[in-house]
Amino acid sequence: MANPKDAVKEKSMIIQKEMLAKQFNDLSKAKETGKKVCYTFVPGNLIELILSFDMLPVYPEINALQSGMRKKSGGYIKDAEKMGHSEDVCTYVKCDIGMMLNGNIGPTGEKLPEPDLLLLSYTGCFTFLKWFENLNRLYPNAEIAMLHTPYQEDGKITKEQIDYMVKQLKEEVLPKFEKVSGKKFDSARLSKLLSNSVQSEDYWVKVLQLAKIKPSPIDAYFAGVYYMGPINTAFRGSDECLEYYKELYHEIKDRAEKKLLPVTPEGEMQKERFRLVVEGPPNWTNFREFWKIFYDMGAVIVASTYTKVGGVYDLGYRQNPEEPLESLATYCMGCYTNLNLPQRVDLIEKYVKEYQADGFLINSIKSCNSFSAGQLMIMREIEQRTGVPVGFIESDLVDPRYFSYANIKNRLESYFQMLEQRKIILSQESVTV
Amino acid sequence: MNSLEEILSWCEKTAFDLEFTHAKQWKSKDEKRVIVGYLPIYVPREIIHAANGIAVGIMGTGDRKQIIKGDAYYQSYICHLPRGIIEMALDNNLNGFDGFLFPAICDCVRNLSGMFKLSKKGKFQRYFDYAQNFDPFIGGTFYKHEMEKVIDDIYNVNGVKASVDGLNKAIKLYNINRRLIEEIYDIRQKYPWRLSAVETYHILRAGICITVEEHNEMLQKILNVIRNERGEAMDNIRVVVSGSFCEQPPVGLIKSIEMAGCYIVDDDFMLGSRWIQGDIEEDTNDPLEAITKAYLNQSTFASCYYDVGNPKGKRLVELVKRREADGVIFSAASFCDPALLDRPEMQKECDAAGVPHINFQYHENTGQFKVIKEQAGTFSDSIKLWA
Repeated sequence: MANPKDAVKEKSMIIQKEMLAKQFNDLSKAKETGKKVCYTFVPGNLIELILSFDMLPVYPEINALQSGMRKKSGGYIKDAEKMGHSEDVCTYVKCDIGMMLNGNIGPTGEKLPEPDLLLLSYTGCFTFLKWFENLNRLYPNAEIAMLHTPYQEDGKITKEQIDYMVKQLKEEVLPKFEKVSGKKFDSARLSKLLSNSVQSEDYWVKVLQLAKIKPSPIDAYFAGVYYMGPINTAFRGSDECLEYYKELYHEIKDRAEKKLLPVTPEGEMQKERFRLVVEGPPNWTNFREFWKIFYDMGAVIVASTYTKVGGVYDLGYRQNPEEPLESLATYCMGCYTNLNLPQRVDLIEKYVKEYQADGFLINSIKSCNSFSAGQLMIMREIEQRTGVPVGFIESDLVDPRYFSYANIKNRLESYFQMLEQRKIILSQESVTV
Repeated sequence: MNSLEEILSWCEKTAFDLEFTHAKQWKSKDEKRVIVGYLPIYVPREIIHAANGIAVGIMGTGDRKQIIKGDAYYQSYICHLPRGIIEMALDNNLNGFDGFLFPAICDCVRNLSGMFKLSKKGKFQRYFDYAQNFDPFIGGTFYKHEMEKVIDDIYNVNGVKASVDGLNKAIKLYNINRRLIEEIYDIRQKYPWRLSAVETYHILRAGICITVEEHNEMLQKILNVIRNERGEAMDNIRVVVSGSFCEQPPVGLIKSIEMAGCYIVDDDFMLGSRWIQGDIEEDTNDPLEAITKAYLNQSTFASCYYDVGNPKGKRLVELVKRREADGVIFSAASFCDPALLDRPEMQKECDAAGVPHINFQYHENTGQFKVIKEQAGTFSDSIKLWA
């Protein structure tokens, strides 16, 4: 492993840092500049629509994960529990509510503006519904628009479902945007933003697919969560987003050509011992320690489901500027957590095979039933279909009480030993044959 | 089976018959009959009835079945209901069911639909999405389409298509059912000693395992008895129990609340049977439209239903006033995100309206009620002494 001081910031990292700095700066000045603020969620987010109305997005679950990384979430969660929230429920919600109770201070240390519009794009997570009902009561002056995204229960998106969503967009969502922003809906502008999105999506897929190369030049989970930031949050559709993914792709392609391994917080990995597919979100409170267990053991995540919460573009979906509202509807329904369980199993199986993974690992999150309920069955199915060893660890999103370093490390070490042993057996078998 | 005691005893047995013997016997009499199992909270049972089916509520195993295999399918931080249902499916309790409906109540039930799909339980497995847009031309159209999918599913099994006449007949029967159940609740509001909360629970839970015709007949007989004085009034407070709409509380818990001095004058235990408030329009040319309208405009309040514009907390307080209750017991299953995330806001509404409340959590197989009994007893005493 290279010395940490040798870790050089790539150009794409600098671009992303500047994008985020500008975003939070804009948010901190929103009231002065008169920009309207829209709170919404990552899965099924309508960022192109938000940008087409010149509004600024705030993502409560991003606030929560950043609070987790900044070690603030534990206190926020306890404050939410003091006001009556159960220990059992989603910690993103409690962290967000706790953050509000503590002045709504964002990651830059500045107060986040209150919402002018609460856009509940209810995609793939039932808790979103509850979360926004709570936010509605905390911000009674904000307009609230509900966009119900039907679940892909039959494993496909139907015309009736698209019609339902488009009607909601036309009758419920757009009028609220127009009211709050004081601007008329501009379909041409939305289409232009969607055209940009298509290009960013193309580059993003190319980035992800570079992990099929052996050794993989990227970690598609721990580093993947940084790479997915712009496209899954505030920037998809913007010129900066396109610039970012173009740059990222060229950087990683260059790394692949040079046979370089993923960059970690401690520099570049030197050896790829295990290639894994991971299901489930990461833990944010101990993100670095968690990642370190993997790179110390030479384990690279070559594909992950979590990076698809904002869209499963590698299955071919792209925004369609020709039919902007239908495109947004289809996008929402296609996000990973809106897929049914058989679709999820099929996708993971495809990843294990196409990315030539040595194993499949689930990080099961206490807070997130949308991901977690059914994961033990997914694990069995993948084991049966692919034959790779499967592993299972448990943690939480942002509640530090549910991250047990020793337990997780212990389990992962045993799992890596199993993978090592299997490699030895497989190599002996191939010699015998 | 004519005396109240006989009926109550039969209901208790049927409500917790995890083999669903009665429904299976009903099906065995006609090869075109189907059994469609549904999970909490609500499905429009009328459409199943009209397609020559019986809608059977699968409310979990409660404390009546030891869970061994089910625990291997769920992490410790997921509620108890789905692990019991998987256990039943693996133990063949649900053999003979033709299809399963998984209403849009939470992510656990949603993903359970996928687990049934993967394990190919039944001839169809369908997630039944509740429209969360209440415009008749938007959410109404969507909801109608959801019902049509179920009708098609059943048709693919038995070749029976729900007709306009069949739907109108089913609506009439379920209107009667809802009216009779509501009358029981109205009588219990005034004279809760005439029928205990546990007895009421057994009657309603048995009702989702038998035909609506049988249940209506039974409810009539029960009402004939409890319209007259029966039992002995106690110096109890009156409470509404809220938050138990999905995973059901063990009967011991309901009994403990009553024994601690609280008459339960309303609850959301078997909410699906009482979901639609009032009658659905009868004898129309478009009965699916009538059921849709009822869903959009006459649904009770529940955690799975988007409530901005008509918040649940306010509706709970209205219910407390209508039932002349002294307080609310928030009783939710552990790890039930919908109920538990609603609780703080509902408590705030109660505080604002001066309605006292307590809360606790349970699993469907909780076996120790001492703490709950003490808590409910103290609640009762405090209201009697100081309210």
